Amino acid sequence: MKFKKSYQKYGLYLLMFLAAILTLAPFVWMLSASIMPEGGANQFPPRLFPKTPTWEHYQRLFSQMNIVRYFVNSVVVAVSVTLISLLFNSMAGYAFAKYRFPGKNKLFKLLLSAMVIPAQVTMLPLFLMLNRMGLVNTYWGIIIPGMASIYGIFLIRQYIMSIPDSLIEAARIDGATDFYIYLRLILPLAKPILVTLALFTFMGSWNDFLWPLIVMTGDSMYTLPVALANLMGEHAQDTELMMAGAVITILPVLIVFLAMQKYYIHGIMLGSVKE
Amino acid sequence: MKFRGQNINAAYLFLTPAMTAIFIFFFLPVLAALVMSVTDFDIYSLGDISRARFVGFSNYIDLFKNPLFWKALGNTCYFVLVGAPLSILISMLAAMALNSKMLRFKPFFRLTFFLPVVTTLVAVAVIWRYIYQTRFGLLNYLLSFVGINPVDWLGNPRWAMLALIVMAVWKGFGYNMIIFVAGLQNIPETLYEAARLDGANGWQEFRNVTLPLLAQTTGFITITTLIGYCQFFAEPYVMTDGGPLNSTLSIVLMMYKEGFKFWRMGYSAAIAFILFGIILIITLIQLRIQKHHEI
Repeated sequence: MKFKKSYQKYGLYLLMFLAAILTLAPFVWMLSASIMPEGGANQFPPRLFPKTPTWEHYQRLFSQMNIVRYFVNSVVVAVSVTLISLLFNSMAGYAFAKYRFPGKNKLFKLLLSAMVIPAQVTMLPLFLMLNRMGLVNTYWGIIIPGMASIYGIFLIRQYIMSIPDSLIEAARIDGATDFYIYLRLILPLAKPILVTLALFTFMGSWNDFLWPLIVMTGDSMYTLPVALANLMGEHAQDTELMMAGAVITILPVLIVFLAMQKYYIHGIMLGSVKE
Repeated sequence: MKFRGQNINAAYLFLTPAMTAIFIFFFLPVLAALVMSVTDFDIYSLGDISRARFVGFSNYIDLFKNPLFWKALGNTCYFVLVGAPLSILISMLAAMALNSKMLRFKPFFRLTFFLPVVTTLVAVAVIWRYIYQTRFGLLNYLLSFVGINPVDWLGNPRWAMLALIVMAVWKGFGYNMIIFVAGLQNIPETLYEAARLDGANGWQEFRNVTLPLLAQTTGFITITTLIGYCQFFAEPYVMTDGGPLNSTLSIVLMMYKEGFKFWRMGYSAAIAFILFGIILIITLIQLRIQKHHEI
């Protein structure tokens, strides 16, 4: 019996370490290929580690490939979308959670049922609209469709509903205005959900590809994923350069995630809990 | 204005920014797309909207007559019906391993399996394109040790879609794994003890305790995973451009190409609505099953 138990245990460890190696291998190879000298990643047999590490591909990305510009574009877009949507969603979420007004339930049901519509459906008319407004190939082209999200409103509403009404009543008796209550009472109390949502929005926006690919029509406005896909078209043979580009694209989200892991995991759980 | 003692002007003010954004930049485009899908909106209509004419359902009819559309639909089904179950199965196995009392270093394993989830899909697709490379790729090198000759993973219509599936599963299984772990932790330990007292073996415990109590979690995961897989785009865009021989052309990739490469926007809108229809059907089936379970 004991013998069988330790057998199982070693088997489990073996499997798990194997799975961990398989999961990490692509990242390790990306990092190491990015510092190989030109042609170093196209050898047989493949090398896992470079003989003479070099930073030349990173230098090339910075000096010739405009990567700083793409990085700035990604940061501007992701930060703007996060801040604006957090403001708009939290206001709407508060209204749905704590106010009673005519048409509330109908409006909320309409929003919930609209969550089944995939974003791709809106993309063609959205492009035409933004084109007419002169916003294609500008930051606004990405920010505007991201300003509010039904999912975000829903999550914030759920959270604010758990805040006791008596707190709001007390503030109102003390003479606080509606906006003051939102700003000074609700937002601080809703901080955990706001941080979680901010993290999801930021990372989602950073990693987003299809819409930025459509709306950013000029090279200088590309976000990092679009720039990387475009680079792939021109420099597919340049493995080491592409890997350096992948590192720069991935690194910021990875750092943000590692710093705020707890909030992210928490957010997954919120999303998976049904009403 | 007051409504049951509350200031409803404030409520409307709080709602206005988000609702304006959602109605103008989400609901309006959805309706516009529906209208576009029954017109011949194309590159000439881009400059002068009056050049678009009503054509009824002919975009949809043309699509159903177009073998390329059936190819894209079939590819998408392949990706969804093979990829999603595989991903869910691996998520569940990983979650069960992470939940096992025998295992230590759990935070390390959890973090490792989760890393691909948060990384940028485009970057990941770029990395895997080189891993799948025929002559210098890591995969063929590893396979050479077990005597398998080099395979042109992304250049062979037989393997290309499978290669995309493997990458997508690697990228995504960590997400559902986290949800499964939480589901497993919600199962009371006493149930397992009772099962063991009744003489249940490992498989019977899994079959009669774990699986039924995980049903709700699994249902939720199945639906979100199926819907997510229906929308795959970046993988073929970066790795194969839909080739070879259109063997990895997905519905969304076809929509993108028709709409934003060839500017046949009416046609493209019809494809988008078919995608919507598929997602709607999956959702309705899930609601149906959920209701069934509640009764």
